[in-house]
Amino acid sequence: MNLQTNYLGLELKNPIVPSAGPLSSEISNFKKFEDAGAAAVVMYSLFEEQIEHEALELDYHTTVTADSNAEASSYFPTDVEFKLGPEEYLEHIRKAKEAVDIPIIGSLNGKSLGGWTDYAKKIEQAGADALELNIYRLATNPELTGYDVEKEYLDIVKQVKSSINIPIAVKLSPYFSSLSWMAKLFEEAGADGLVLFNRFYQPDIDLENLEVVPNVILSTPMDMRLPLRWIGILFGKVNMDLAATSGIDNEKDVIKMIMAGAKVTQMLSSLLRNGIEHITDVLTKMIYWMEVNEYESLDQMRGSISHKNIADPSLFERANYMKALNSYK
Amino acid sequence: MERKKVTIDGNEAAAYTAFNINEVIAIYPITPSSPMGEWCDAWSAKKMKNIWDVIPSVSELQSEGGASGSVHGALQGGALTTTFTASQGLLLMIPNMYKIAGELTPTVFHVSARSIAAQALSIFGDHTDVMATRSTGFGLIASASVQEVMDMALIAQAAALESRIPFVHFFDGFRTSHEVMKIEQLAKEDMLAMMDQQLILEHRKRALSPDHPVIRGTAQNPDVFFQGRETVNKYYQACPEIVQKSMDRFAKIVGRQYHLFDYVGAPDAERIVVMMTSGCGAAEETVEYLTQREEKVGLLKVRLYRPFSIDHFIKALPKTTKVISVLDRTKEPGSPGEPLYLDVVNAISEKHLSGELEFFYPKIVGGRYGLSSKEFTPAMVKGVFDNAKKEMPKNHFTIGINDDVTNTSLDFDPGFSIESPETFRGKFYGLGADGTVGANKNSIKIIGEGTDHFAQGYFVYDSKKSGSTTTSHLRFGPKEIKSTYLVNSANFIACHQTVFLEKMDMLFDAIEGATFLLNTKASKEEVWDTLPEKVQQDLIKKKMKFFIVDAYKIASETGMGARINTIMQTCFFAISNIFPREQAISLIKDSIKKTYGAKGDKIVQMNFDAVDKTLANLFEVKVPEKVTSKIQLQPAVSGNAPEFVKEVTAEIIAGRGDLIPVSKMPADGTFPLGTTQWEKRNIALEVPVWDESICIQCNKCVIVCPHATIRAKVYDEKLLGNAPSTFKHMPFKAKGYGEGLAYSIQVAVEDCTGCGLCVDVCPVKNKTNTSLKSINMEEQIPLREKERANWDYFLTLPEYDRKKINSAQVKDSQFLEPLFEFSGACSGCGETPYVKLASQLFGDRMLVANATGCSSIYGGNLPTTPWTANKEGKGPAWSNSLFEDNAEFGLGFRLAIDKHILQAKGLLKKLSSEIGEKLVNELLNADQKDEVGIYEQRQRVEELKKKLTDAKLTNNGDAKDLLSIADYLVKKSVWIMGGDGWAYDIGYGGLDHVLASGKNVNVLVLDTEVYSNTGGQMSKATPRAAVAKFAAGGKPIGKKDLGLMAITYGNVYVAKVAMGANDAQTVRAFIEAEAYDGPSLIIAYSQCIAHGIDMAKGMRNQKAAVDSGYWQLYRFNPNLIKEGKNPFKLESKGLKIPLKDYAYMETRYKMLTKSDPETAKELIKLAQQDVYDRWNTYEQMAAEKPAENKENKQS
Repeated sequence: MNLQTNYLGLELKNPIVPSAGPLSSEISNFKKFEDAGAAAVVMYSLFEEQIEHEALELDYHTTVTADSNAEASSYFPTDVEFKLGPEEYLEHIRKAKEAVDIPIIGSLNGKSLGGWTDYAKKIEQAGADALELNIYRLATNPELTGYDVEKEYLDIVKQVKSSINIPIAVKLSPYFSSLSWMAKLFEEAGADGLVLFNRFYQPDIDLENLEVVPNVILSTPMDMRLPLRWIGILFGKVNMDLAATSGIDNEKDVIKMIMAGAKVTQMLSSLLRNGIEHITDVLTKMIYWMEVNEYESLDQMRGSISHKNIADPSLFERANYMKALNSYK
Repeated sequence: MERKKVTIDGNEAAAYTAFNINEVIAIYPITPSSPMGEWCDAWSAKKMKNIWDVIPSVSELQSEGGASGSVHGALQGGALTTTFTASQGLLLMIPNMYKIAGELTPTVFHVSARSIAAQALSIFGDHTDVMATRSTGFGLIASASVQEVMDMALIAQAAALESRIPFVHFFDGFRTSHEVMKIEQLAKEDMLAMMDQQLILEHRKRALSPDHPVIRGTAQNPDVFFQGRETVNKYYQACPEIVQKSMDRFAKIVGRQYHLFDYVGAPDAERIVVMMTSGCGAAEETVEYLTQREEKVGLLKVRLYRPFSIDHFIKALPKTTKVISVLDRTKEPGSPGEPLYLDVVNAISEKHLSGELEFFYPKIVGGRYGLSSKEFTPAMVKGVFDNAKKEMPKNHFTIGINDDVTNTSLDFDPGFSIESPETFRGKFYGLGADGTVGANKNSIKIIGEGTDHFAQGYFVYDSKKSGSTTTSHLRFGPKEIKSTYLVNSANFIACHQTVFLEKMDMLFDAIEGATFLLNTKASKEEVWDTLPEKVQQDLIKKKMKFFIVDAYKIASETGMGARINTIMQTCFFAISNIFPREQAISLIKDSIKKTYGAKGDKIVQMNFDAVDKTLANLFEVKVPEKVTSKIQLQPAVSGNAPEFVKEVTAEIIAGRGDLIPVSKMPADGTFPLGTTQWEKRNIALEVPVWDESICIQCNKCVIVCPHATIRAKVYDEKLLGNAPSTFKHMPFKAKGYGEGLAYSIQVAVEDCTGCGLCVDVCPVKNKTNTSLKSINMEEQIPLREKERANWDYFLTLPEYDRKKINSAQVKDSQFLEPLFEFSGACSGCGETPYVKLASQLFGDRMLVANATGCSSIYGGNLPTTPWTANKEGKGPAWSNSLFEDNAEFGLGFRLAIDKHILQAKGLLKKLSSEIGEKLVNELLNADQKDEVGIYEQRQRVEELKKKLTDAKLTNNGDAKDLLSIADYLVKKSVWIMGGDGWAYDIGYGGLDHVLASGKNVNVLVLDTEVYSNTGGQMSKATPRAAVAKFAAGGKPIGKKDLGLMAITYGNVYVAKVAMGANDAQTVRAFIEAEAYDGPSLIIAYSQCIAHGIDMAKGMRNQKAAVDSGYWQLYRFNPNLIKEGKNPFKLESKGLKIPLKDYAYMETRYKMLTKSDPETAKELIKLAQQDVYDRWNTYEQMAAEKPAENKENKQS
C-alpha cells in the first residue's frame, strides 16, 4: 500500500502530520510521533508578540524597583544572561531534528514585517524543513478595510518567501470574502501550500464573575466540514499543496480529506484526546480501508471527490446547503 | 602595562579583587556590604574564574555568625577564604575573629564600615563596627577611595599571607561602598604577581588534614593560657613592615605607592589632621586649597590602623608639627577619647618619653565627625584647622553638627566651597521608580569610559519604599576628583518630577550661570507660570539657562511607561555639551545596546526611539526678567501638627535634618507615635473613588489596604448634618447593629500610594459597565482638595464601639480603628495588611517586638512612624532590638509583663482591705477573653487607680507600687513580628526557643520568601524553583516548613494564612492566636516587589498560591486536643491548579525559564512534587483522629 505523499516538496511516508500545538513543546514527544508513524511534525508556533511581551515584562519587573532604595539597588540577581529572543524555540527545532528523521515544519506568528522575516530566517537556520506561517489579524478597527488586511497578509508571504529558501505554507483563517481569490494571490505571492484552517481561541463570558474568559475547546469531527469543503473547492484551482486541519479524528476523516484534495492531514485534538499512539491506529485502519476498497495509493484517491472531479460541483457550493434542506423534507 | 579603566563602586571594586584571589566565600547579606557578596555570587554563577582558574564557591549562611564560622572552617581547611560584612554583622563575627586571629590564620574580611545600632539603627557609614574589633587580633587596613579599595584588598591579602595576621579591610559604607568612580582595574597579572605561591602553599600546609593530623582549638588552663597569648607578639611586631613591603611591591607592579601613613600637605606644616578612610578626600582637597594660600597645614592618612606602628606614624609627621587634630568617625561614650585620638596621644607620648620625638610635644586634640554618613566637607575640614589655630584648641569636639547641649561642636562656615571650576557638578532629583539613578549610573559609565575625564557618582535615597525620592550627585572633569561629599554648588540641576518643585528648594545649590532641566507637562510658553516664586527668583538672579522636556509624553509614546531614564539622560547629554551631540547620541545608543541587548531587540528599539524623540522635544526656555509667581514652597507638615513634629519631624521631612541641634533630639531614642499622618506625601497619581450606589459593604477593600488609607465607618446618620457636600455615605445594611446608621468608605487621598489592591479585590461590578467596580481609580489632583475635607470630616466621626463589634468577621473587623497607618512600605505591600489587622484587633493593648527588616524600616525609620494611638492615647508600643534576637526580645516583654501582673496581683491581695474586696476579686478574676471583658477590666483599673491615689494611701509604698503597675491588670498582647529572613534563618534558633518556652507570645512571620529589605536574597523560606539573589540558578531545595516544625511541639498554636485567598481564615487565625494562652505562630503569605509581580493584583497571587496547594491554609489549635478534637484543620480546598499556573505568574519563577529553561523545567517538576508531598502530609494530619482516641484504642 502506498501512503506516500509529497507536501511542500517534502517526500512524506504518509499524510499524517501532527499540527502545531502543545504536544510539540516536549522534545520527548518527537520520538513518540515518529514511532507512532507521523510523517512530519509541525512545531508549536513561535509568537513574536509573546517574545516581545515576555522581554518587556521581565525587563519591567526586574528594573522597575531598581535603584530606588539605599539598601537594595535591585531585587533580582543582576548580570544574568537571558534567552529572551526565539533561542529557546530555535534550540527546540535543533533538538527535534536531532531526535528524529522525519521532517520538522516550523510555525511562525509574527507581529511586524521585520519580525516575520527575521524569525523565519532563524527558523530556517535552525534546521526546519519547511515553515508554516500562522497569520491572523483580528481587524477591530473600523477604519481598516478588507483590502488593507489582505495586503498585509500578502506582503508577509512575499517578504518571507524572498528571505528564506525552505518552502512555506500559509495557515489561513476561513474569514475572507473570497477565499479562492485569496488563495490565488497567496500562490502568486510565493506560498507553496495552504493549511485550511486555523482555529482560534474564542472568548466566552463568565457569568459569575462578569468577565470575558478565553475558552479553549478541542475540535470535534464537525469542524472538519469547513476545510473539507474548501479543499474540495480549491483542489485543481491552485497549484499549491493543500493541508487539512481541524476536526480530523480517524482514518475515514483522513481519507475524506485526501479525496477532497489534501496532500496531508494535520491532527491535534484527537492526539490530545487519544494520545500520540493514535496515529498508528489511524494509519492501520486507513490501510485496511484502502485494502478493502481496493485503493493502491493516495495519489489515486487525491481530489477524486473534489469540486473539480465530481459530477455535480454544485454539491460543494451553495446548492449543497439547499440540498441539505431539501433532504429534511 | 595598559590597564582597563572601569567605572564601578567600592563594593564592586572590593568584590573584584576578593573574588579573584580567594577560593571560598561565605557571606550573609547586610547593608551596605550586600552587593559584594552578590557580585561574587553572580560571577560564580556565571562560572567566572579567579586568577588561578578556579571558580570560587560562594555560600550564603544563616547569619554573619554562621558565615564567620564557615570562613573559619574553610581557612582551617586550607582554602583562601573571605567574607564581606558590616555593622551588626561584623559584631556577630567577633567570636570567630578572635579564633581566626588567635590561630594566626591569614584572611581578609572586607567591611563597608557602618554604624552600630544604639539609640537607633542606621544603615549608614562610620567606623563604630570596625572599632569594636580592635581587640580581636585582626589587622585593620583602611581604604579612602574606590581605587584604594581595589588596591588595598590585594595588598591586605598579600600581607595577611606573609604575616599570618588576618585583616579587616574597611572603607566607608555608602560614601565609598556605593560611590561610583572611574578607576584603573587591576589585571590578573598584577594579582598573580602579588600573591606569593609559596605563602599559599604554606597556608595549605597548615590545614587540618587526617593525612597529617593535629588538633587546634584546645582548652587551656591558668598555667599556660597567658603564655600562649604572648606567643603571637612577634607576628604583630613584624606585621607593619610586611604590610609596607606589600605596598612597595604593589607600587612596583602597579605604580601606585601607598604607605602605612601617607602625608600630604605643606612640608613645613604646623597644623596636621590625622584621619582615615573617605574623609581623607575632602581633607586632602582642603589641604591643597589652603597650602596654595600659604597655610601651613597637612593631612596624615592612616592606612594601617592595626597593628598601629608608632615608628611609622611618627616618621610620617612633619618635624614642624605643632597641633595635631585627630578625627575619629566613631563614638565611644565614656572613653577619654576616641580610638585614633588615643592612639595618637599614646604614640606622641611614648616617643616623647623615649626621647625619640624630633619635635616639640604638639598639642593634640580629637574630635568626632561624619557619624552615620553625616556629610564631611571642606568647610568642616577648615573648621578643624581653624580650631587648631587657637591658643587653646577645643578638644573632644564634634564637627558637622550643632551640639547645643554639651557644646562640643566646632563652628564652620557652610558657605566655604572649594569645588574646582573645571569639574562638572550636577544634581538630579528623581523618583525611585523613574529610573533616574540608573540613568545617572549609566551616564557616568559613558563619560568615564568614553573620555579621559575622571568621573564620580553618588546617590542619596530617602527612607521610603514607595514613592522614594532620589538625588544623584555627579562630578566629572579633567582633574582627579577627591570630593567625598555631596554636590552643594552645582552647575547643572535636573528636576525629573515636577511635584518636587513645591516640596524642595530646587535651585538652592545652583551657581551663577548654571543650567536647569525640568521634566514638565507644561509647554515652553506655559512653564514659567507653573514655577514657584523661589525657582523663578533663582533662575533670574543666578542667570541660569532653562530647558524643559515632557519626558512622560515621550515615554508613553515610545512604550517606556513610567521609565524616563533614557529620555532624561539624552536631555542631559544634549544640553551639557560634554560630547558633541552626535557623538553623545551614538554613545547613549551603544550603552543602550550594552544594557538592554540581553533583554531583546524590542527593548533596545524602544530606547532608541525614546532617544530620537527626545531631541525633538527638548526646548530651551528664555528666562523672563521678572518674577511673577505667587506659588510658595509647601510646608512639610500642617500647622496643626504637635510641636515636636513641627520642630523636628518636619525639618527632617524638608531635608533640613542636618541642621537639627542636639537639644532637639530625644536622648534615648524615644519618639512619639502617629507621625505619618502629618506627612501628606501625595505620591499617588490615581486614588480609589467609592461608588456607593453598588457597594455591598463587604469591607474587603479596607482589609487589604496596605497603608490604611481606605477606611470604613458605621455611625449615627444624624451626624451627617455637618458633612461636607461631597462626603459619600449610604444606609448601613448589616443586622444586629441597630437602626439609623450610616456607612461610609473614605480614602485619605494624600496618604494613598495608589496601589490599586482595593479595586482588584472589590467583588462588585457595575451592571451596565463591567469595567467599573464599587471602587475605581481616578486622578488624584482634581480630587485632592475635596477629599482632604472629606477625610478630615471622616476622622471626626466617632469610632464604632469595639464592644459591639464581632471582630471575628472580616466585615466587622474593619470597623476597628487601625493603629498602623500611612507607612512608607512599598505600594501594594503584602506585609502591611497583616500588621494593620493586628493593630486593629489588639493595637490598644499591644507591644510589638519587630525584627530588623522591611517591617522595622517602614515601621520605625525616621522621619515618621505609622504606629499610632487611639483617641484615649492607647496604642501599640513598638521597638526594634536587632535582627537576630527578635523572638527573645519579645519574650522579654512577656516576662516583664507577667512579672508585673504577678506583683500587681500580690499587691491587690495585700491591699484588699484598703481597696475593697469586691473590686479586688473582680480585678483578680476578670474574664478578658473579649472586648467586653477587656473594657470592663479597664474600668476596674481606672477605679483602682482612683482609690490608690486617694489621700489615705498617698504614703502607702505598696499603693504607689501598685499604681505604677496597675495597667498590667488589663490583658497585654505581645507580638513578635518580622520577615522570613529573621524567622527562618538568623533568628530561627531564638524563635524556636521562644516557641518552646510555652509563654504567651504571638509571632507573626511576614513571609515574602526572600530578604526583601536588603534586595531579595534567598532565605530558607525561598521556594524551590524560584530565583533569588544567591539562587540565581533557581533555588534547588524546597522551602523549610516552619509551621510543621512548630506544630511538633504540640503546644504551639500555628496558623498559615493568605489574606488574598481567605480573609476570613486570616482574621480567625489572628483572633485565635492571640486568645491562645501560650505561644502562637502565624505565617502570613506576603507578596513583595521582589517577586516581580503586578502589585496591584497581589491578592490574586496569594489566591493562586493557595489554589495550587503550594501555600496551604491551616490552623493548628492545641486547645482542640483538650476537647477531644483534631487540633489540625486544613482549610485549603485542594489542588485546584498546577503549581506552574501560580508560579509563572511571578518573575521570580519565570525568569529561570528564560535564563536556564532546562533547569527551570526540572525544578518546577520537583517543586510540584513538593506540593503533592506536603499536601499528602497535611491531608493525613487533618484526617487523623485526636491523640486521646488513639490512646484509648491502643489501651
